[in-house]
Amino acid sequence: MCPDRTLDIELRLLIEGIYLKYSYDFRDYSGASLKRRVLHALSKFECETISELQARVLHDSQLFSELLQFLTIPVSEMFRDPTYYLAIREHVVPVLKTYPSLKIWIAGCSTGEEVYSMAILFKEEGLLDRTLIYATDINPQSLDRARRGVFPLERVRTYTQSYQQAGGKSSFSDYYTAAYDGALFDKALMTNVTFADHSLATDMVFSETQFISCRNVLIYFNKSLQNRAFGLFHESLCHRGFLGLGSKESLDFSAYAGHFEPVVKKERLFRRL
Amino acid sequence: MKQESDTVFSLAQRQIEAIVIGASAGGLQALSVLLVGLPKNFPLPIVVVIHMPEGKDSKLAEIFRARLEIDVKEADEKEPLHPGTLYFASPGYHLLIEQDRTLSLSREERVHFSRPSIDVLFESAADVFGEHLCGVLLTGANEDGAAGLRAIHRSGGMTIVQDPAEALVPTMPEAALKLFTPDFVLPVRDINTLLVELEQNNA
Repeated sequence: MCPDRTLDIELRLLIEGIYLKYSYDFRDYSGASLKRRVLHALSKFECETISELQARVLHDSQLFSELLQFLTIPVSEMFRDPTYYLAIREHVVPVLKTYPSLKIWIAGCSTGEEVYSMAILFKEEGLLDRTLIYATDINPQSLDRARRGVFPLERVRTYTQSYQQAGGKSSFSDYYTAAYDGALFDKALMTNVTFADHSLATDMVFSETQFISCRNVLIYFNKSLQNRAFGLFHESLCHRGFLGLGSKESLDFSAYAGHFEPVVKKERLFRRL
Repeated sequence: MKQESDTVFSLAQRQIEAIVIGASAGGLQALSVLLVGLPKNFPLPIVVVIHMPEGKDSKLAEIFRARLEIDVKEADEKEPLHPGTLYFASPGYHLLIEQDRTLSLSREERVHFSRPSIDVLFESAADVFGEHLCGVLLTGANEDGAAGLRAIHRSGGMTIVQDPAEALVPTMPEAALKLFTPDFVLPVRDINTLLVELEQNNA
């Protein structure tokens, strides 16, 4: 018995259709997780088949915006993996302090938790005023939420712990105002942040940067798309610029393995050669 | 459940190409018994999800490497499955199998409060291997894995549930038994015997 591949054919057609119609390119995303998310969307949109969903998506751009929420993974946390941020303080910040002005890029920033975390860290290290932060994502709704800077209050306790473990130098509550069930983060942190729609799959480099953090984005890409993303990072980073990846992501075995050296291997911090 | 003769028959009928195992509370102990004595040249890859607290490094690979003859490692994203190798899912990430038989990771929402989730691994594996997959569900305190094991069953794969009477926490095996009738309900020691038989089958 051979597994029925009709579903895979439909999935491929949907992804191709989305690319042709809306220019969102999921063609080189890892298939298993993408398929899972599309099947999840089927029940949400009450479609019997992916083909039915495809027909509706092609004729209804509003529906596509809703589907995009399923295709992307808006799951994020502040100071996720505290040791990553600690390593940035210890190994990246001292070098960044030698630059008169800085540009950093948070690629795939989702709903902004990592952007706020990084801004807080840079503020405490005395770098925020001379740093321009580009925070990019392909999901406009996520970017809107990131701009708003309101995160669920129920999660702030965890964030506070992570902040402290990440070497936080102040009191975490200094950075937000609690209102109802949300924590509104200090807008001053975002003065030098530019949120922008940018795709690692289809867009080009837009600026030279000294530090790029791109965490838990590349795991959703296949090898060739990963290589494209690494190519963009390599092009954007200045000589000896820093690249930070997610805790299970690696440059090893990529086409750019020889173009970076590890700084803190365990924290996936690299430096452009 | 099948009789002894059916067992031999069903084993002889199929060529298993991969084994997936899920466990939660009590899983370490069960897994130790389950995997003991698998030879270094075991012809199948084994992929395991055990629920562990997020945010900590997993010591699973280290622990089992010392005890087993087969290769043991924490699963890396995009790595191809190799025979005779045991892959553990990392805490905080779902582990999936791609059509090209490489592993991939995901930070999507928890499933049954779990990341990694057994359902996520099992369903993706069922989709890739179809009838050439063997799924094993062990002791655990929640319902993760039951739907995934049923997916393996529906794709024609072989399904084994640890005998709830023996399981340290029977919730997980019982949840599977409520959903469908697996090929085997066995104590871990017998599942171990069966895996070794699989090896001889494939040899």
